[in-house]
Amino acid sequence: MIELSETIKIAFSALKANKTRSFLTMLGIVIGVSSVILLLSIGTGLKNYITKQLSELGSNTVFVMPGNIGLGSDGGNTGSTPGAGAALPKFTERHLSKLKSKAKTIKYIMPYIESNASLKYQSKTHITQLSGVGSEYPEIRNQNVIEGSFFTPSQERSSKRVVILGTKAAEELFGNQDPIGKKITISDQRYTVIGVLEEKGGFAGVSYDDLAFAPWTTVMDLNELEYIQSFWIVSESAETVSETKQEIEDILLEDFEKEDFSVLDTKSLLDTISSILSVLTAALGGIAAISLLVGGIGIMNIMLVSVTERTREIGLRKAVGAPPRAILIQFIAEAVIFSVCGGLIGIIIGVLGSLAINYFIQTTIAPWAIILSFGVSSLVGIIFGVAPAAKAARLDPITALRYE
Amino acid sequence: MPLLKLVNVSKVYQMDGVSVTALDRDDFEVESGEFVAIMGPSGSGKSTLMHLAGCLDTPSSGKIIFNNRNVSNLNETELANIRSREIGFVFQSFNLIPRMTAVDNVSLPLIYVGMKMKIRKEKALAALERVGLKDRINHFPNQLSGGEQQRVAIARALVNNPRVIMADEPTGNLDTKSGQEIMAIFTSLNQKGITIVMVTHEGEIAAFAKRIVRVRDGKIISDSPTT
Repeated sequence: MIELSETIKIAFSALKANKTRSFLTMLGIVIGVSSVILLLSIGTGLKNYITKQLSELGSNTVFVMPGNIGLGSDGGNTGSTPGAGAALPKFTERHLSKLKSKAKTIKYIMPYIESNASLKYQSKTHITQLSGVGSEYPEIRNQNVIEGSFFTPSQERSSKRVVILGTKAAEELFGNQDPIGKKITISDQRYTVIGVLEEKGGFAGVSYDDLAFAPWTTVMDLNELEYIQSFWIVSESAETVSETKQEIEDILLEDFEKEDFSVLDTKSLLDTISSILSVLTAALGGIAAISLLVGGIGIMNIMLVSVTERTREIGLRKAVGAPPRAILIQFIAEAVIFSVCGGLIGIIIGVLGSLAINYFIQTTIAPWAIILSFGVSSLVGIIFGVAPAAKAARLDPITALRYE
Repeated sequence: MPLLKLVNVSKVYQMDGVSVTALDRDDFEVESGEFVAIMGPSGSGKSTLMHLAGCLDTPSSGKIIFNNRNVSNLNETELANIRSREIGFVFQSFNLIPRMTAVDNVSLPLIYVGMKMKIRKEKALAALERVGLKDRINHFPNQLSGGEQQRVAIARALVNNPRVIMADEPTGNLDTKSGQEIMAIFTSLNQKGITIVMVTHEGEIAAFAKRIVRVRDGKIISDSPTT
């Protein structure tokens, strides 16, 4: 029996004899492994990021949205998207007070209204998202006010024209100046900046700090809205979330049909989003894995060529005493070296690539992705190496020796 | 007891559905220490005779006894095992592996008996010294002349201390001078007790042997000592 180190040495010397060819053959596996790692890192990174964002909301947050979104455990498929033609529920202040008074497990509730606004300060104009929220927003979102203060419940009730800015929006408008107390203009109306929120970071070029907040009552006036878009609710605790959801549903069912609105909690949102992202990640990884397969076919192709080219060498080795098994192992070893070296280079490129992309969007290098892609690539080498190796092992020494 | 004994041996090949009888019920013996030349025109079956005698192939019928062992029905691995320990081969076209140096080519057969690299190298160097190539050990085949390449091949055949060397037209690809040199090496090896069985169609080369066996149409037609 030949030692393994010996077999590997022989295989390496054979591959070194054809450097360009060996490199190109390996390239298929390199590309396969590195793209599997890259795509899985991006997918995992995206999932981790969204999970982190949602979990910052706290597991006891509940959203009431128009339309039947039907996510996760709420059952049903993704139905009509909100605002997709169907008659939307007309949430009003009446429903807000009804929910406030009737639902026993609600800790905070606030309407949430999204709109875009053009903020003007002196000669500067900045277009950003202006969200209409309640005075409980900092508690619900777990975001502190770093300068000035948030608006009060009484300012909320009286539709005061006050805004709170994210750090990025504040910087855009005021540069190094202190924004507190400054007057800005939104749709020809004068607003006072009363606070700046702490920094939240961003993702894929979208900043969570380039935002402005005003009392929801003010935003509804500004946009001449009749109805409230959605509610953000915080349940007393994580344990009471399902109870809260039930209460809200019961209360709203008095005025609306079941399919008119959706009551979602962070967990079901999280479950749905992460399952979507998992499928997406797996699909991307799967597509990348196809290139591994192609790489494997490349190895098999080159091994078949190599067996033919080296027919006389095989004949000679057999004549001087190599049993078929030794020939089989030698050629499988060559194929495996292609795939293992390609795999290792692919891991290096994949990891470096993921680290580079991390500057733009969050990537998470999953160890299992490395192990998986390396394992698959090695396996590819063995599988695609077997047929050419078996062909070599079966050669008749006399015929092989005479091969021209 | 002869080293090698073929009893009523036939070899029939199937080529495109047609049976070709390469050897037809032949008897052949080689004693230890002999130098036998097998002669005959091409297609006569002389190579087949050598392949059977060298355990490269098994007969269609008949019996082959090599070193007191019936090898007629052994499988490929068992035959390979005998070849790696007891038989050395020299071919017409040298059959050196081009990407390997002379010493690596010579030590090749020892890999398959599981010998350690250090010992392999020592033995290969000793074998190269025996064929007078001590100063060419790290040359690649394409850096050597035809005669030198064949000497490397002889060293490779010698390296495992075989009972017999099988040489198939060893001078066929060489000029006369190199051919004479190779034959001188064979003669001296034989004088030191190594058994040699050589296939050739050149009378001049066969004359170096002590005994000539002539084959025609698959039959041994004469077997006589050289004078």
